[in-house]
Amino acid sequence: MTIDVLIVGAGIIGAACADALSARGLQVLVIEQDTVGSGATAAGMGHLVVMDDNPAELALSSRSLQLWRDFVAAQPQQHEYSRCGTIWVAADDEELAAARAKAGVMSAAGLSCEMLDAAQLAELEPNLRPGLAGGLLVHGDGLVYPPKSARILLERARSRGARLMTGEVRHIADGGVQLADGTRLSADAVVLAAGSRSTALLPELPVVPKKGHVMITDRYPGFVRHQLVELGYIKSAHAASGDSVAFNLQPRPTGQVLIGSSRQFDTTDLAAEPRMMARMLGHACTFTPGLAELNVLRCWTGLRAATPDGLPLIGRSGLRRGLWLATGHEGLGITTSLASAELLAAQMCGEAAAIAPEPYLPNRFTLPELIRA
Amino acid sequence: MKLLYDIIIVGAGPAGLEAARAAAPGGASICIIDDNPLAGGQIWRGGPQQQKDSRARTLWQSLQAARNVTIMSATRVLYSPAPGELLVQRDADAAGTQRGQAGFRAAEVLRYQRLILATGARELLLPFPGWTLPGVTGAGGLQALAKGGYPVAGRRVVVAGSGPLLLAVANTLKARGAHVAAIVEQAPRSALARFAFSLLATPSKLLQALQLARDLRGVPYRHGIWVRAAHGEGRVQRAELSDGSQIECDYLACGFGLLPNTELARSLGCTVVHGAVQVDEWQRTSNPAIYCAGEGSGVGGVDLALAEGRIAGGMAASLPAAGALAARSRWRRFAIRLAETFAPRPELKQLADDDTIVCRCEDVTHGELKAHASWRSAKLHTRCGMGPCQGRICGAATAALYGWQPDAVRTPISPARAGSIIATVTETEETTA
Amino acid sequence: MPDLISISVNGARIGVTEGVTVAAALALAAQARGSVGATRHSVTGALRAPLCGMGVCQECRVTVDGRAHVLSCQTLCREGMQIEAAQ
Repeated sequence: MTIDVLIVGAGIIGAACADALSARGLQVLVIEQDTVGSGATAAGMGHLVVMDDNPAELALSSRSLQLWRDFVAAQPQQHEYSRCGTIWVAADDEELAAARAKAGVMSAAGLSCEMLDAAQLAELEPNLRPGLAGGLLVHGDGLVYPPKSARILLERARSRGARLMTGEVRHIADGGVQLADGTRLSADAVVLAAGSRSTALLPELPVVPKKGHVMITDRYPGFVRHQLVELGYIKSAHAASGDSVAFNLQPRPTGQVLIGSSRQFDTTDLAAEPRMMARMLGHACTFTPGLAELNVLRCWTGLRAATPDGLPLIGRSGLRRGLWLATGHEGLGITTSLASAELLAAQMCGEAAAIAPEPYLPNRFTLPELIRA
Repeated sequence: MKLLYDIIIVGAGPAGLEAARAAAPGGASICIIDDNPLAGGQIWRGGPQQQKDSRARTLWQSLQAARNVTIMSATRVLYSPAPGELLVQRDADAAGTQRGQAGFRAAEVLRYQRLILATGARELLLPFPGWTLPGVTGAGGLQALAKGGYPVAGRRVVVAGSGPLLLAVANTLKARGAHVAAIVEQAPRSALARFAFSLLATPSKLLQALQLARDLRGVPYRHGIWVRAAHGEGRVQRAELSDGSQIECDYLACGFGLLPNTELARSLGCTVVHGAVQVDEWQRTSNPAIYCAGEGSGVGGVDLALAEGRIAGGMAASLPAAGALAARSRWRRFAIRLAETFAPRPELKQLADDDTIVCRCEDVTHGELKAHASWRSAKLHTRCGMGPCQGRICGAATAALYGWQPDAVRTPISPARAGSIIATVTETEETTA
Repeated sequence: MPDLISISVNGARIGVTEGVTVAAALALAAQARGSVGATRHSVTGALRAPLCGMGVCQECRVTVDGRAHVLSCQTLCREGMQIEAAQ
């Protein structure tokens, strides 16, 4: 069996890479130890959101959203896609000023958005408490149900001859991998797309796990209409240590409300922690007090793969011959999966990339930085 | 405020109430939590004081007289925030007298030195075409509904499935004026005959069986037969049996025996084996501070539940467990004979066709599910198990149909108001009850 | 001594015996129409009614006094209660 590219991991990233590489005529084998899309891909909120904390993040997420809109257009229900938009909620005038700055950046990048004053915000989202300053509505954002999208990407890859194998990779060597059962597989290229599990295979990678909790309620259609995120979210997402929660609510197409978000370092225990759940809900209730009355059906957790600068690793890795990386996507894995795969495939096939690859190259982390991280 | 009790008992059915009665004389502070608006569990639904079984009335009277026993009705355990703690949610709607009461808290954290799990059992409900029609209920399900005032007088009912519960259900319904068109038992005649003979070992059960047989005179009792499908427009109108016959009915009450409720035990880390909480001879679980009594540690009926409750209550209060050990042995043997006789036959696992809904919360069909190799894969890709029943109904059905093992129990173990979860951190002081 | 209390089901006032469950009240209200007391619509739009009778299956969820997803089989009727259920 000839393998051009061996992809480790069939989460959204691995599946997107399989799709992009098989589309370019390469023979792809994906190795997954569990079920397709069952790791962080299943645990996250599935929010498709343009993030503009820095130009590289903006470029990757906005390019990826364009690709997502094209991708879901053929069968939106299969992805459980909803173009619900995002409202960045400003609690006070300082946050409102931040919202205006964001609006400027987004508009300059050609993204459709509009500022909302307090009255407009209240009209669009009546369950938000009174007294908020306003917000920014970003029209093109949406949501999907990621395990299904991952499966659709993988099925598309398989229709082009890509293969999926169940197995656990134990060792990445030059030019191949070794599985837990001893099987050795060689390939010209190996793509590591194992999310937070990437460091189990390559401890040198500057990736740390960041645990997140998510909860979902019973059906309360119309409780919120857009994905609601507080502008303070940015502080939480890029904190270098400690536990934090942020207000993040999503209206699922079923009418259920998906509740996030939280970040914890230094733990890989996936058990749901009541204190974090309580903190996250308590904080959310300061924005939507009515949330206290809704029935929470389930809580689950996942591990994001976080890099020191918050940008993913997309490109060749010097750690092994033939090794490429597509990992470290922190909380933007779903959003940036398609552009990441496109970028990786372009690099692997020597094509011009749609966006500049430099900010995401793995070799941007020099050894001293790796040691510090 | 975290209320601290010496002993918390979860479940106010026979096992839980008897455990409280056995523990009370030692003076320990005891709190019984139960999710129904009235105590009694399933078999004494409506309240122990209303039951024909004099044991229920006597038990209730002695609990009422005990000053150290509190009963919190309409209260559900959501999860354990920390060892020795339970976060409970109190339903204002369900126990109307609690609303507006000074000090009523919608959610609170309770602390215990010893915990007794008496969480009982639920019915095994297996999918068949038409089982989602209004009017199709569990067998115990219709009995429970009827005890809550469901109108059954003058209505035609088919009672089907498996187990002696079917007879008790038929009897309850008949006593309330229902016309029981048939009792349809899947166990074959040979198994039933052996079971009937074995009742000689438990004279009280034999007497009960004879009384039931007399009360149900005239009701056709079909055995070796099961319901193949329910038919009707907007509600059940006919039950189709495995022999091809059809019986017109207003209600089809169908259940295939009982399954222990083990979610709370599992969430507390107690070992569960073959679907029942593992206990030692003193009803202690794998956690020395936690006991389990009644159906939760193995289905065996009210007599076994009372014996186990007495042992658990005595042990939790460090009192001698007078006379219960022999009773428990006898009823455990009875429970084994029950399980052997009424085990669901293989045909029952093949009733669903591709269109038959298996996950009722999310309307996932057998056709969609059978392609998956595991509970986890199915859940991820079809939403089976993601609904408010938290995989209880569909988990049992898919285990029977596909042999899947469910995943670890998740937090919360019951749908929980967000405000209740928030109470985990707002409850900071401790108070001794 | 069972009293008769007045509750409203989908806007219509009915009298029920105090102490019956909301699930029973729905069935009683439906009886006059010759139908079974439906509680909710399934996610694909079919009518459902109580199944397990003991607070496990969640089929009996209805709206009580404006609060959604209340288990009607475990809730006793109270004077003035307003119940909204699928029909």
